[in-house]
Order: sequence, then structure tokens, then C-alpha cells
Amino acid sequence: MKEFLSSLLSSLDPQWMSLIWSLFQIAIVTACLILTVIFLVFFERKVIGYMHSRVGPNRVGPMGTLQSIADTIKLLLKEVIIPAKADKFFFLLSPILLLVPALAAWAVIPFSPEFIIADINAGLLYLLALTSFGVYGVILGGWASNSKYAFLGSMRAAAQMVAYEIAMGFALVGVLMASGSLKLGEIVAAQSGGVLSWFWVPLFPLFIVYFISGIAETNRHPFDLAEGEAEIVAGFHVEYSGIGFAIFFLAEYINMALISVLTSILFLGGWESFFAGLTFLEDSILAFVVEPSIFWLLIKALFFLFVFVWLRASFPRYRYDQLMSLGWKVLIPITIVWIGVECVMYVMQVGPWSVA
Amino acid sequence: MNMLQLLKKLSLIDFIKGFIVTLKAFFRRKVTVQYPEVKTPLSPRFRGKLALMRYDNGEERCIACKLCSAVCPAQAITIESEERADGSRRTVKFEIDAFKCIYCGFCEEACPVDSIVETNIFEYHMTENHQRIQTKEMLLATGDQHKDQTIKNKKKDSRYR
Ligand code: SF4
Ligand code: SF4
Repeated sequence: MKEFLSSLLSSLDPQWMSLIWSLFQIAIVTACLILTVIFLVFFERKVIGYMHSRVGPNRVGPMGTLQSIADTIKLLLKEVIIPAKADKFFFLLSPILLLVPALAAWAVIPFSPEFIIADINAGLLYLLALTSFGVYGVILGGWASNSKYAFLGSMRAAAQMVAYEIAMGFALVGVLMASGSLKLGEIVAAQSGGVLSWFWVPLFPLFIVYFISGIAETNRHPFDLAEGEAEIVAGFHVEYSGIGFAIFFLAEYINMALISVLTSILFLGGWESFFAGLTFLEDSILAFVVEPSIFWLLIKALFFLFVFVWLRASFPRYRYDQLMSLGWKVLIPITIVWIGVECVMYVMQVGPWSVA
Repeated sequence: MNMLQLLKKLSLIDFIKGFIVTLKAFFRRKVTVQYPEVKTPLSPRFRGKLALMRYDNGEERCIACKLCSAVCPAQAITIESEERADGSRRTVKFEIDAFKCIYCGFCEEACPVDSIVETNIFEYHMTENHQRIQTKEMLLATGDQHKDQTIKNKKKDSRYR
């Protein structure tokens, strides 16, 4: 059987081989992402519970670990209700429109020096395009539901995305200037050589701005005005039930994970080890801790996911005008100023430019 | 806005303070009681499910004086009485509507013969609407079942009455 398979594979022409290999990689990444989401839902509920001095879910499975699987099964078994006056086609399309870009963005993420599905040249642009594409799902979903609450929610989401997209873009310009490449792999490579040569040091304000606008992009607390239970019930997904709602949820959590991974890649050196550059470690038995590997990326991303949840447990939601003034009057000016500072640093040859 | 305020805002100091508060709570000992497995202690004064008691010879205590139904603020008690062959007055119908009852304990205090009492049972349920009416038989049965516990609790609490 095994010989048959390998002979079959080798008889294929290389183009087919690479196609099958890519599909295999895609399947692996997607499966891992869905598992991540299942873990994240549990993680979020548990962490928020702990921060509220509660214990969180602990009934289903050992320590409640199967809770989110039970929730998923419950959601999948529920009836899908389509409102009578909804635009059926777009109503069903919008969850998919939200999920597809959320998944597609992972194609250019370099998980480790070797593992990346598509190492395209304009990786950063591709990401910028896809992360802003998600808002169409939100807008369409809100509009197609034919409900004023859903519509208000999607309008808010649209305005918010526009405001924060700019700050995010500018923050990425800073990264681009520092690394001199749009390829994510090269951006990580440009940060090699220890904690202090990661971009968070020279680009600290951009790092903060990027993460904040990332939270706003994913419509998470404290920027989840598009959902705003207090005013508009559940915002854009108020009319969705069962699997439609589950897909909205899935996309939100995948986006959360994406922003965390991206922040780690762009500002915290991606797969680089925390201990890289400590020469005395390289010779000892602890040499493996300085090796770059996917685990460092996962640890960093997990930290940012924790911050996502931490924020949610700590702070109330922004008021709409506060949200807008934060986006336009604070974040965007900061990024512009810091890009100017970067130019000066470039001329003075400090920071990441000192070697060049 | 002066320069100092601006700097304070930009340093995100308020956010950091908020984060620290929740982080402290994260590591705090959790006090949640895992209810069905672990239970909190009950006071002997706890007012739970109602019951009717008997004398030791098995005769019901209730003399159908209707004081309890008169004092009941929720008007949950319905009593009908009759004369027995031996000339004593006894209830033929004694019903408590468990949905109306607010577990105030007034009936227990009003009763001259300690017939109606509140046990400390709070874990009971019904699945049909008509089951909310506790008939005399049900009340007496509850009384028989939890007699010892109830007497013990009442004794403990008698000092404060
Ligand atoms: S406990 Fe209060 S409300 Fe309930 S039956 Fe007795 S007097 Fe009425
Ligand atoms: S239970 Fe007590 S108060 Fe109520 S009718 Fe009987 S004897 Fe009177």
C-alpha cells in the first residue's frame, strides 16, 4: 500500500505534487485553527472567570475542557432562522465572506523558518487587503438582516474599520521601513539577534498602536461597538442563529489569533527565541532554547491572546465618539509622528539601521 | 489639556492600573461553592419547605384553628374543617400553594400547637403546575420524613424565640 502510494506520488508531475502538498498544508493549518478557536473560547471563559473571582466552566469534561465542544455541538444542532424580510442570498453569504478572508490571511504567515504556505513577495499588502476585507461580511450581514439593530451595528463596524485601518496601515509602514521588505519571512529575519533587536524597541509606539487597532479591527472589547449588547442587542449578528452565528464567532476568534500572531511576527521577532544572542547559552546544554522555532511564535501569540481576554475582563466599552476620537485624533497622529522619528533615526543611523 | 495630562494619557498609566487590578483577581483564591457536591452550612433558623407535624401517638397536631391561614400574608393556606365522631375539630382539607408561599414563617409562629413548621429542605421541585398545591397528606408526609431534623433545629433556635 505504502509503496503504491509513493509510486503514485512520484509518477505525478511536479506541479501536481506541489498542489497536493499545498492543499495538505492548508488542511493542516485550517484544522489547527479550528482547534485553536475551540481552545480560545474555553481559554477566554476560564480567564475571564478567574479575573472575576469565579472558576469559569468546569462541568463538561476534565476541568471543563470539553465545554466549547459541547457549545459547538449545541450551536450546530440549532435551527437556522432566516428572517422573512431578509435578503436571503446575502444573509447566507455574509458569514462566509467574513470567514474566508480570516482563513485566507493565514496563507502568508511564516510559522517557522521553513513552514509557510505561500511565501509571496507582497505578504504585508496581502494581509492588509484581507484583514480589511472582513468588514464586508459584517456590513452585508447587518444590511441583509433587514433589522435596524443589525444595520446600526454594521454601520458602526464600517466607520470603525475605516478609522482604524489607517492607523494600522501606518504602523505597518513603520515596520516596512525598518525591515525594508514586504515579505513576512524577511521581516522576521531582519529582527534576528536577541530581544533588543526586535522591532518593538525602535517602534514601540507603533507596536502599541498596531495592537490597539488590531483589537478594533477584530471588533473585540473594548471596541466592540458593532455588537454593543447594551444599545443594539448584539449588533450585526443579532438575526443569526445556529451555524451562521457559529461562523461569525469562528471568524472573530480566528481574526483574534491572526492579530496576535501578526503582532508577534511584526514586532516581537516571530519565531526568534527570547534567548537568542545570549552567547553563553549557545555552548551549554541549553543550546536548544536559543534555536528559532514555532514554539516561540506560539508563546508570543498566546501572550497577546491573553491580553485580548485580559482587556475584555478589565475595561468597559468605549463610547462611540470616544472611539472615533481615539482613532482619528490619537492613533493616527502618533503613527505619523513616529514615522517622522523613524526617518530621523534612519538618517542618524540608529536602531535597526545602524548595521546597514 | 496641559502637557502633564497629555503625557499621563500617552503613558497608558490608567490602563496599566486597570490591568493590575484584574491580574490580582486572577490569582486570588476562588470562593465559588461547587453546589451539588459541596453545600454551605444552613442555619437552624432556615425557612424551607412547609410541613405538618404529629403528636407522638400519631395524631395530627392541627386543631383547625385557622390562625395560620389568617396570618399568611400571601394567602397561601386553604383550610376546611369538620367535627369528628369524637367531637374534636379537625381539618379535612389543608392545602398550601407552594407558588404563593413566600416562606415568611408567620404561620409557624401563629400556630398554637406547633403543627405547621418549616423544615430546612430547599431542594425540591415539581414538573407539573398542579403539583404546586401541597395537600394535607403531602404536608404530613414531609413532617414524618423530616421530623427528627426539624425538632432538632427548632430546639437549637428556641433560645432566640
Ligand atoms: S410561610 Fe408565610 S407565606 Fe408561607 S404559608 Fe406560612 S405564612 Fe403563608
Ligand atoms: S396549622 Fe396550626 S395555626 Fe394552622 S390551623 Fe392548624 S393548628 Fe391552627
